[in-house]
Amino acid sequence: MILPFIIIIPLLAAFLITLISGEKDNWAIVLSILAVLSLLILALFSFFTTGDETFIYEMSGWKIPLTICLVQDALSSFMLVIVNLIALTSLMFSISYIRQYSSPWMYYALFMLLITGMNGVIATGDIFNLFVFMEIALFAAYALVAFGSKAEEYEAAFKYAVMGSISSTLILLGVGILYASTSTLTMANIAAELQTVNSQVTYWVAAIFLAGFGLKSAIMPFHAWLPDAHSSAPAPISSMLSGVLIKALGVYAIIRIFYNIFGAPAVFLTLFMVLGSISIIVASYLALGQWDLKRLLAYSSISQIGFILLGLGIGTKLAILGAVFHILNHAIFKSLLFYNAGAVELALGTRDLRKMGNLKGAMPVTTGTSMIATLSVAGLPPFNGFFSKLIIIIAAVQANHIVYAIIAVIGSLLTLAYFIKAQRYGFHGETEITEFRQTISLGMKSAMIILAVLCIVTSLLIIPGIRELTLDPVVTVIMNKTGYIQAVLGR
Amino acid sequence: MKQRDGMTLIVKTVTRISVWLILLYGIYIILHGHLSPGGGFAGGVIIALALLNVMLAYGRQFIDRWVNIGFLHDLESSSAALFLAMGILGMAVGGGFLANFISQGKLFSLLSAGTIPLLNIIISIKVSMGLFVVVWTLSVFHLDKGGKEE
Repeated sequence: MILPFIIIIPLLAAFLITLISGEKDNWAIVLSILAVLSLLILALFSFFTTGDETFIYEMSGWKIPLTICLVQDALSSFMLVIVNLIALTSLMFSISYIRQYSSPWMYYALFMLLITGMNGVIATGDIFNLFVFMEIALFAAYALVAFGSKAEEYEAAFKYAVMGSISSTLILLGVGILYASTSTLTMANIAAELQTVNSQVTYWVAAIFLAGFGLKSAIMPFHAWLPDAHSSAPAPISSMLSGVLIKALGVYAIIRIFYNIFGAPAVFLTLFMVLGSISIIVASYLALGQWDLKRLLAYSSISQIGFILLGLGIGTKLAILGAVFHILNHAIFKSLLFYNAGAVELALGTRDLRKMGNLKGAMPVTTGTSMIATLSVAGLPPFNGFFSKLIIIIAAVQANHIVYAIIAVIGSLLTLAYFIKAQRYGFHGETEITEFRQTISLGMKSAMIILAVLCIVTSLLIIPGIRELTLDPVVTVIMNKTGYIQAVLGR
Repeated sequence: MKQRDGMTLIVKTVTRISVWLILLYGIYIILHGHLSPGGGFAGGVIIALALLNVMLAYGRQFIDRWVNIGFLHDLESSSAALFLAMGILGMAVGGGFLANFISQGKLFSLLSAGTIPLLNIIISIKVSMGLFVVVWTLSVFHLDKGGKEE
């Protein structure tokens, strides 16, 4: 049974790193790379062996509903693969990047805690346990955002902590109401009990959760913390936060709770579509005006989350496929873009697009991979972003949501516009840059190249034969809605 | 120890006597965690408070002279690792992560409830050391920001 190890390995690594690390970070690097590599292997193994099945792990040898259970189905395995894949490249990027700060070993310990939290949120089948793991991930994230110890980083981390605490309080309130009305914390049991409880409870709790998890995933009215936090964090952490944290804590939790527990009430699907389209358009406009490269990327994350939410809101099989595919794609290209921004920041000492220039000759890997990532996020064929956006737009048209389809198209064009701006000023500008503070190490280059290759390779997932093995089981779990009850409880 | 470190003689004398009582109470709470309200977390907080009491009364320099903070830090990390080890042991012996694999003994006797007292002790180390190191770090942080050592 591999499920508990998904949580044990990074947690053990975190504490061992604090135990054995001295001033140097060599052991911390070895331990964390080993831990994440084994996690990725476990996640890939579980993804390719799970299929349409659901595996349950009951802690302490007790039985559901007395125990905390871990649930492994196609959706959770899929998310685990994304988290640990991005974590591995992020670690490769971190090795030389993070040495510019003091006590780098602390970074690795916090990084492992961040992964523990996210893996825990994804693997757990218990709603209070989900809250606890979410807090673990968030506290590690607060500390990591402030890791550079500059005033603006502390400010961003503090803002993130305040808003994160508000949303966590809302979520805890929702969990409390659910527990009061169903007398259980196991998600499958809650889903089963809710069918007999007054439907008012579902709507109230769902509204609270929408605000709580909406803040975690930075949907438009709840997004204020994200541009600060994601642009102030060290680049590998920005990529973890933007690439996977908002998805594991936000989108994944929304899918699990709204689809698998509440059975996707129609009014909330409409809300998803409305909030998603607001996020797409408004965040794109805000991104257009940014001159700070990482801030631009952060606003872009909000807009891309909008696409995912729009897909979830449309709710047809095709739309869910698009949303699920976009979760994977966005994790890959947004992490890559943040690595590019980090590499440029390391080399030039600035994030301001106006102070950058022609980097084509001096930083060929960074410029080349950033071009690939840009084409992916802007949705140009044959890169992965094109297919997921196309699926979402086609699904919107098929479901007779023409307005939303048009919004998605406009959002896609705006995405292209602000990324052309980033490319034009940031990487292909007129000024010839001759002075560099630091060279880009092999680890950073290989992290960027791996993700750039994945930007193209993951488009293959759309080929029917491959899709049936990879994305379709995930869509089945989501479309199955409260079939989750049967899958987990076996009745 | 200079007289101007920490608080007045009255506070120091009271602390010298009361800290042992507080520690004893903390240990009582930890050891009876499986029998009465309390447990590792509550007891750990009480123990941390006893240590903080000393720090407040005698000043941070006193703590720096007598206590190796690095060791407390290691103690904290290793207790967390130990907790995980207990969990994995439960997996190896008794069917699930953190399974209670030791005989549960007689109800309401001090040595009963299998692994739970052990886990309580581990948690208490983690909590007490963690809380103490956090507050100690906060007092050091004050110096970083340009405050003067008194």
